[in-house]
Amino acid sequence: MRNVDILIIGGGPAGLAAAVGAYEAGARDILILDREERLGGILKQCIHNGFGLHTFKEELTGPEYAERFIEKVLEYKIPYQCNSMVINVTADKVVTCVSKEFGLENIKANAVILCMGCRERPRGSLATPGERCTGIFTAGTAQKFTNLEGIMPGKEVVILGSGDIGLIMARRMTFLGAKVHACVELMPYSSGLKRNIVQCLDDYGIPLLLSHTVTDIHGKERLEGVTVAEVGPDLKPIEGTEKYFPCDTLLLSVGLIPENELSEMAGVKIAPTTSGAVVDEQLQTSVPGIFSAGNVLHVHDLVDFVSEEAIKAGANAWAYVQGKLPEPGRMVPVNMGFGVGGIVPQYVSDKAEGVINFMFRPRNVYRGARVIVEIDGNPVLNKKTLILAPGEMVNLDIPVEKLVGLDKAEAINVRIEVPEA
Amino acid sequence: MKYELTCINCPIGCRITADYDGNEVTNIEGYTCKRGLDYAKTEITDPTRMVTALVNVEGTHVPLSVKTRSAIRKPLVFDVLAKIRETKIVPPVRIGDVIIPDVCGSGVDVIATENVG
Repeated sequence: MRNVDILIIGGGPAGLAAAVGAYEAGARDILILDREERLGGILKQCIHNGFGLHTFKEELTGPEYAERFIEKVLEYKIPYQCNSMVINVTADKVVTCVSKEFGLENIKANAVILCMGCRERPRGSLATPGERCTGIFTAGTAQKFTNLEGIMPGKEVVILGSGDIGLIMARRMTFLGAKVHACVELMPYSSGLKRNIVQCLDDYGIPLLLSHTVTDIHGKERLEGVTVAEVGPDLKPIEGTEKYFPCDTLLLSVGLIPENELSEMAGVKIAPTTSGAVVDEQLQTSVPGIFSAGNVLHVHDLVDFVSEEAIKAGANAWAYVQGKLPEPGRMVPVNMGFGVGGIVPQYVSDKAEGVINFMFRPRNVYRGARVIVEIDGNPVLNKKTLILAPGEMVNLDIPVEKLVGLDKAEAINVRIEVPEA
Repeated sequence: MKYELTCINCPIGCRITADYDGNEVTNIEGYTCKRGLDYAKTEITDPTRMVTALVNVEGTHVPLSVKTRSAIRKPLVFDVLAKIRETKIVPPVRIGDVIIPDVCGSGVDVIATENVG
């Protein structure tokens, strides 16, 4: 059986950065496995600009951002194997992989970094009634058609959901000559970045219908139109508000799901709030030596933070292989108070060192709110914010010396405090 | 006239308000960095946008991604897109190679954002 020190599953932004992070920390025996033909993951099809402002201080397109990391992987001569699909991972870190080149293969790793990313919620998960015609795509699938294969999915478009990929595709379809009739969002706010609403919808006069949803899908062979209705505060359609939009294409941008089937095979504990692995501040999962980073851990808004997280996971995996990772110690749970969703990490070691990075998603839109971190009820951080929204992840870097009382703590609590009206 | 803008320079998306009398942009508020201040001025007087698009590649249906090297004047966006659409390149091309110099008289080059060949 082949042996490697660090095996990375996935060659997208997280996998590439994890490899670079592990190498720069000192690891040399690394292997990246990716199921696609070439490295880069989803960035390959994200040809729009807006990546890397944080990491490279310049605005890159997806392929350019990926190339920065691919160049490093090549420069460091880190081995990678494309067209290789991982089909099993065990708790003792034996990874089963299939490829045309090597057939079925078991590889034993000293550490595994899970970097499988996420996939889009499909139509089937929406329970939208209507006919099963063609012309309904997830926004990312349509993006793959237009940007990687040079195929136009349709001409008259309605978009359901206002996630960033949906917004980006509204502009791309417009650029390619299609007419985008509306972007329909169930919630009273968009889950996409504000700047994408401005530069992808407003710029081209595409209406954003908040508190609306698609209630019916019409078409025998090909989609012919959709019925859109307003929803009430209970998110149920309001009778009498239905409106018919003729269209041949419906794009869905209704959320992303971390792809954790392999993690579960290895016995990695999954957090219900993120649908990703439960990790400590080292990004180590519940299975020793298995780490997780990027969108498979929790869905990010910005690739820059994916890279940052994965570099850390890579370095920590190498420390683990050398037996130098600080002892996990006693695990202090990180609880989510008012307004806080999907926190990562879920545990912090009472012996944690350095700077601890907390990320979470606000549950609603809060103006002028404070983000408060408490240890056993004592505030250790109290930060004023202008506006918090579910579409924008909150990212807190807290030096461990600020977490006063961590050594004896029962729990860390992160909450949002909204100013009184 | 009062303007309310959302800055598109970074993911923070600052809300900026400003006054414009047809001559000068004044009372710019809500920006949190210099890019926001500049954005407010140009967005009101002469807005600009980055354009990313695809060009055809000789011998394959797989397109090549390109971008304007910097933002171009907004009214030129669809002319630039049309120009890019009628362009066909012959590989090899590297990231940063000029695909269309000074596109549509904008003074800005269209450059490749991926490698091919």
